[in-house]
Amino acid sequence: MTSTTIDDAPFIEPSATAPRNYLNDEYGVLSWLLTRDHKRIAILYLFSVTVFFTVGGILAFLMRLELLTPQGDLFTSDTYNKLFTLHGIVMIFFFLIPAIPAVLGNFILPIMLGAKDLAFPKINLLSWYIYMIGGTFGVYVIIAGGVDTGWTFYTPFSTQYSNTHVFAVTLGAFITGFSSILTGLNFLVTIHRMRAPGLTWFRLPLFVWSMYATSVVIMLATPVLAITLVLLMVERVLHVGIFDPKLGGDPVLYQHMFWFYSHPAVYIMILPGMAVISECVAAFTRKRIFGYKFVAFSSLAIAFLGFLVWAHHLFVAGISIYSAMVFSFLSMIVAVPSAIKVFNWTATMYRASVSWQTPMLYVLGFIGLFTIGGVTGLFLAALGIDVHVHDSYFVVAHFHYIMVGGTIMAYLAGIHYWWPKITGRMYPEWWARLSALLVFAGFNLTFFPQFLVGYVGMPRRYHAYAPEFQVLNVLSTAGATILAAGYLLPMIYLFWSLKFGRKAGPNPWGAVGLEWATASPPPKENFHETPVVTWEAYDYPAFLKAMRETQHG
Amino acid sequence: MANPTLHHLQHPGALEEDAHPHHPFLQHHFEDMGQQHEASTLGMWFFVAQEILFFGGIFAAYAVYRVMYPAAWSAGAHHQNWRIGLANTIVLIGSSLTMALAVWGAQAAKRKFTTLMLVLTLLLGMTFVGVKGFEYRAHFEEGLFPGSNFTYVHHENPALTRGVELFMVFYFVMTGLHALHMIIGAGLLIWFIKRAWRGDFGEEYYSPVEIMGLYWHFVDIVWIFLFPLLYLIH
Repeated sequence: MTSTTIDDAPFIEPSATAPRNYLNDEYGVLSWLLTRDHKRIAILYLFSVTVFFTVGGILAFLMRLELLTPQGDLFTSDTYNKLFTLHGIVMIFFFLIPAIPAVLGNFILPIMLGAKDLAFPKINLLSWYIYMIGGTFGVYVIIAGGVDTGWTFYTPFSTQYSNTHVFAVTLGAFITGFSSILTGLNFLVTIHRMRAPGLTWFRLPLFVWSMYATSVVIMLATPVLAITLVLLMVERVLHVGIFDPKLGGDPVLYQHMFWFYSHPAVYIMILPGMAVISECVAAFTRKRIFGYKFVAFSSLAIAFLGFLVWAHHLFVAGISIYSAMVFSFLSMIVAVPSAIKVFNWTATMYRASVSWQTPMLYVLGFIGLFTIGGVTGLFLAALGIDVHVHDSYFVVAHFHYIMVGGTIMAYLAGIHYWWPKITGRMYPEWWARLSALLVFAGFNLTFFPQFLVGYVGMPRRYHAYAPEFQVLNVLSTAGATILAAGYLLPMIYLFWSLKFGRKAGPNPWGAVGLEWATASPPPKENFHETPVVTWEAYDYPAFLKAMRETQHG
Repeated sequence: MANPTLHHLQHPGALEEDAHPHHPFLQHHFEDMGQQHEASTLGMWFFVAQEILFFGGIFAAYAVYRVMYPAAWSAGAHHQNWRIGLANTIVLIGSSLTMALAVWGAQAAKRKFTTLMLVLTLLLGMTFVGVKGFEYRAHFEEGLFPGSNFTYVHHENPALTRGVELFMVFYFVMTGLHALHMIIGAGLLIWFIKRAWRGDFGEEYYSPVEIMGLYWHFVDIVWIFLFPLLYLIH
């Protein structure tokens, strides 16, 4: 590992006059709405996904309120059906899938590559508008009276029987899909064609590898959802029997096609989380990620294997026992690359000088919660246990450990880690640590009881339940309150920090990576001159040596 | 904490602007025309990959029901006029030829030739869509449009009627999505005809025509699969 240019790394002197950056380069609403700068588009996405996250969170909180008592007293069962359906749709299609790629990926990926922008800036802006159009359909459905099919839109209920706004919401999901396809396409081309001179594939930060894998999954899975939803809408409008057994269709085919997208979609949600975690682990342990190539290729392995496991959602839907056994086996195989990542992050921390800033707290939360979510995924991949706990709160707890305990923890880690880069300001560390603790404690209190209550038999998607489940449900609702406080805090103090936060400087963490080699906030073109990369990713030994020499010299 | 930063600009001059002026169509975030061209063609290849999965989903569903209802599928295919389908296939392959010639013309900076070939591509494409429209009308009149307008009854074996309706659902969705792709392609062609006539394209800058070609050929290939699946296999 040689690095000739780091050894004589000088400091960047803060300039006396306020330097031009992407934020103060232009002013006015139109300079944002018509921007083609990937950094500004990331900010547009940041605002939009935060709005949808808040909406989805409120829906979840209403559900937890209803579940305080065994009898249905706050909402009718119809309203409750709409609450969980809208919560799922909003959180998955409008928050989790775009969150990390479209906000953090959009902002950081081109800078990590030393590029001035993504390959197709106009398409990047277009993807935000498509997302907003899809989101408008979602908002319309919420206002117009909701939808009650569950986020999975299972047929024939969704096509023949439900009298709610199925068409509008599936159209919204269909449209939003193209937004993620365009983002994925943009990332893939940018990673292939826009890397700075010297930035070879194995010098890429692991964030880029994981985003690459995410983009592949987005590109190859989302169109299948699109065509599935087209068929669903056709069936609903024409009342023909594509998926309705009464008219000669096959409802299990719908489930196959839906999960052919929606299981890989889980990896669309978690792979970007893993991308963030790799960056933060390296930065806060000041080490190269243990087994760099294993972590890089495990992302691709997850992307590939993720396409081969969809039918584990159908174990009780009447598929043949032989295919169920194959899918059960494949579902266990996909845990291997995920476990490789967890072990390698942990091994990176071994005998490192770990610092405990907020992003690292979120990272540790992620590793623990993702492990629990992943291991309970193995329970569910086992045929016998799956039949026992299918459609119970055990499943709800499992996927919330992955999506909330995994993806949202990683998203918050990334937001805190790159906040100084995005805004040029530090967030208040004490409050941020408090929020990380609240989120971790609140999350566990919310969802761990759901494993227990699901295992003893409480089914999901009901607004009333047997009285003996009440204690665990009250614990869960109490946890949700703490979790909500943990999520509200960052919204307040991050906003506060925009004006009152300490100025960050280009590299507040002392981290290695091209994004820390430019100003905070970055100039509009990211770098004044195209960087030439001569060092390996996470070259902390050389970096720390250079730092010591500069300080003594 | 100190703020050390990797300062990577140790090669002054190595990346300075070239002496000759920028190509007018070089976007600011690309280093040179070669990088821009490679990015846009790769982008279209990825887009085509995405399209394959999009159509792949419905081809898979088609295959499932073909296996479930072989007799109805055969009966449905008998209602397609393979002669018209064959003529349309030839029209479409012809448009692929003119499209390929347009790419060559753009690369060779033959302004009039490129424009002419793009216009021909557009005309042939629209001929295809027009013929498709006539076929659709015939199906409507026969009562073969699925849903409440579906008045068709299979006389020899009424039990097949539902299956024939399902076949027609796939027929309309598959050919309809294909026609939609043709119409989007036609819109792009109109734009590129204008640009070709203006003389935008040449040796250094022809990627828009080339990726338009990739898209057009892909849409043609989809039809090459649709034609036998919907018209020929009984």
